Amino acid sequence: MTPALSLPPDASVDTTLDRCRELVEDASYPTVRRWREAGGKVVGHFQVYFPEEIAHAAGLLPFKVRGAPVEPTRAESHFGSYLCSILKTSLELALSGRVEFDLFVTHPICDAARNLAGVWGRNAKYPCQILYLPQNATSAHAVDYLRGEYDRLRRAVEGVAGRLVSDDDLRASIAVYNENRALLRELYAIKRDAPWAVSPEDAFSLVAVGGLVPRDEHNALLRRLLPELRLRHGKRQDKIRVVFQGGFCEQPPLDLIRAIGRSCYVVDDDFLIGLRWILEDVPLDGDPLRNLARAYLETSSHSPVQHDLRKPKEAMLLERVRAAGAQAAIVTAAKMCEPGLEEQVAYTRALERESVPYFVSEFEENMSSFEQLEVQLETFVENLLFD
Amino acid sequence: MNTVQTEPISIVGRGNAEGARLFREWFDDLSRAAGAGQGGAYVFVMGSLAELLRTFDFPIVFPEINSLQTAVRRVAHEYLNEAEDYGYSPDICGYVKADVGVQLRGGRHPMGQIPKPALAVNTNACNTYIKWAEIWERMYGVPTFTLDIPGTRAEGKQTWPGDRDFENDRTYVAGQLRELISLCERVSGRPFDVDRLREAMGHANTMSAAWKRLLDLNRTRPAVFNALADGTIYLGVSNGFRGTAAGAAYFADLVEEMEYKAAHGIGTVTDERYRLVFVGVPCYPIFRRFNELFTEWGGVFVNSTYLWFASGGSNLGFEYDLTRPLDSLAEGLLIGVRDAMDSMLFQTDILIRMIDDNAADGVVYHPIKSCRTVSTGLADSRRALLAARDVPSLFIESDMMDRRVVSEAQLKNRVDAFFEGLAGRRRQGAIRDPLSVVSEAHTERRGTERASGQRTTDNG
Repeated sequence: MTPALSLPPDASVDTTLDRCRELVEDASYPTVRRWREAGGKVVGHFQVYFPEEIAHAAGLLPFKVRGAPVEPTRAESHFGSYLCSILKTSLELALSGRVEFDLFVTHPICDAARNLAGVWGRNAKYPCQILYLPQNATSAHAVDYLRGEYDRLRRAVEGVAGRLVSDDDLRASIAVYNENRALLRELYAIKRDAPWAVSPEDAFSLVAVGGLVPRDEHNALLRRLLPELRLRHGKRQDKIRVVFQGGFCEQPPLDLIRAIGRSCYVVDDDFLIGLRWILEDVPLDGDPLRNLARAYLETSSHSPVQHDLRKPKEAMLLERVRAAGAQAAIVTAAKMCEPGLEEQVAYTRALERESVPYFVSEFEENMSSFEQLEVQLETFVENLLFD
Repeated sequence: MNTVQTEPISIVGRGNAEGARLFREWFDDLSRAAGAGQGGAYVFVMGSLAELLRTFDFPIVFPEINSLQTAVRRVAHEYLNEAEDYGYSPDICGYVKADVGVQLRGGRHPMGQIPKPALAVNTNACNTYIKWAEIWERMYGVPTFTLDIPGTRAEGKQTWPGDRDFENDRTYVAGQLRELISLCERVSGRPFDVDRLREAMGHANTMSAAWKRLLDLNRTRPAVFNALADGTIYLGVSNGFRGTAAGAAYFADLVEEMEYKAAHGIGTVTDERYRLVFVGVPCYPIFRRFNELFTEWGGVFVNSTYLWFASGGSNLGFEYDLTRPLDSLAEGLLIGVRDAMDSMLFQTDILIRMIDDNAADGVVYHPIKSCRTVSTGLADSRRALLAARDVPSLFIESDMMDRRVVSEAQLKNRVDAFFEGLAGRRRQGAIRDPLSVVSEAHTERRGTERASGQRTTDNG
């Protein structure tokens, strides 16, 4: 297939970043459209923890369904009130035909998202299903169960692709994603070590593009770009180092991230962890499905929608703050996001116990006014800088 | 007065009276346990595992029921406010916040004293169960156990014994059950007793069979109980007394009462005019009044998804095989809790069956702010139902706990308009079928008088 990004091979860093930002905000999804025009098929998977390797191994394009910068004019009437925006705008993508899918997979990450298989399935002609990730992560039976569930997903994907997916196919895809994971870790290392070298909205866009193009192509982009970013001589500014927490599912708009970046260095975050949730390389030897199952249970990023007694979420946040050398935390939740809002209580109490300053807020993916929030954040930052 | 005349009087209404008595006794027992410093097993209605936990002599605490009781007793706002002052958002589950309020008050509850948890056991039937249990884990440092029960993957795609995907799920659930038993032994200090489990499962079988029988009995015309008002009482006993001799006896008596009513044509209202299906969770802050908005028009809820999912799938009437208790418990949990989830997430066919089986005249959807599990898909579900069936429906939003989002006047307007529509539909039907004109005109007038608060006289 032709490269989906449509970038000249010698494009400058700035041109490349501009293109990535454009793509992330382009609700016509040109990369996906070109993929389909070339005969490719698309698996849409809702946030957060989807094993893209299985779809990739079948030659399908895994598309991260994470809301969109669109008005949910068609989707609105399919939902009641008191729901997060991401549900509505995600369904809008399908109902409006902006993205054409061949399979849709959601997860019981929250009470709203688990309803998506039913809602989506009643309105789509392609198969829609739930992938039941284990919520008893400490059970000795969880790996076996998840291996079986991933095998079920493999069969579903084979049905869409019209071909079998061998263990070697899976290993090849795991290798592609291992490289992608390493590159994204490098991007986050740059954010941490030299946050002036890459703005938070540019880092966000670079990650987000991974959900819109084949990961092989994303790897090529990052391979070329990251060394140049490392060498960038940005001017170090009088900003505080913060961790942003609350972007595990619905994403804040780029303008909001940009506004935060005007007063803070975002040295770590949970933006788009659905595209980078396996934290270490997945072994290439042995049973690939079992290796992927182990990766979910043993080496995955925490979030408010993952229940694992070994990973108390407030302790994980404190660890994220410490590891990033952050001075403060921005604790947010998407509006009407029940797990995110519930977790805020534990987060803020833990931060208070550890005397870590924090700023609490809510956001919505399609919010367009940031002045008030920016003023509040600047006040928070000034209090820290001049304390 | 001879016994032939008094017996029916003692039967009719017995279920509601006995249910209230059992509830008081249950909370009295909980208060005694709390007073003695005994920790409870905190569980949830969808997959409570009460039949297993009772064998370790844990007092069984249902925080969902505790919370709804605060709303029914019109004090929920006090608890919600305390939880919000503690930091919880107005936009999360009201049950969770009312329970946080109870815990912050040291267990003081309008019905008694709630024991602190010794352990918490939850399924994944509702994601908020998991988040809720994490709160107790943080507050008390008690062990929590999520019994993870995979649900149906896509509408109409349930798997069954023998299918490799079902067996993968069953093996997982059975393995977790063994782990839960070890945890219970450790927390309670008591060894697992399979004979006690078998006995409790036997009682659960009686209750499960009776639950299905009750739902079937309400197909009669007039309906023998109101699925919203009476059904909620039965549901409370079904959960609170699951796996007990008292629960089994209650349901045997209840079936007897309903069979008697069915045989003698005794309805739950004197003038049943519209048979309705309820979808969602009741409006507990104005529980009685909410029901009256419908009964004043002669509307009776003959079935509800609530009686399906909040009974943990007891509507299936699943009975355990007592010769292989642990395997059968795993299978029953998997099938029952999965069905409970289906009646929330994949309900189109379920509603069509309810309408057909119960000869329902309309469907009332009641999505609530507090519960996204139940409410998220209802608008779309309604669209699908209307595409499949020509049935009138009403869609009204409020809450199960928070009176700030309950507007009685607005609800009444919508309900009244719904019944006016039903009446108009009847009249149209009468035009097509002139033989029914006289009787319909008579019953419409009586209904209008009742709804407007006028004295009703029977001039027939």
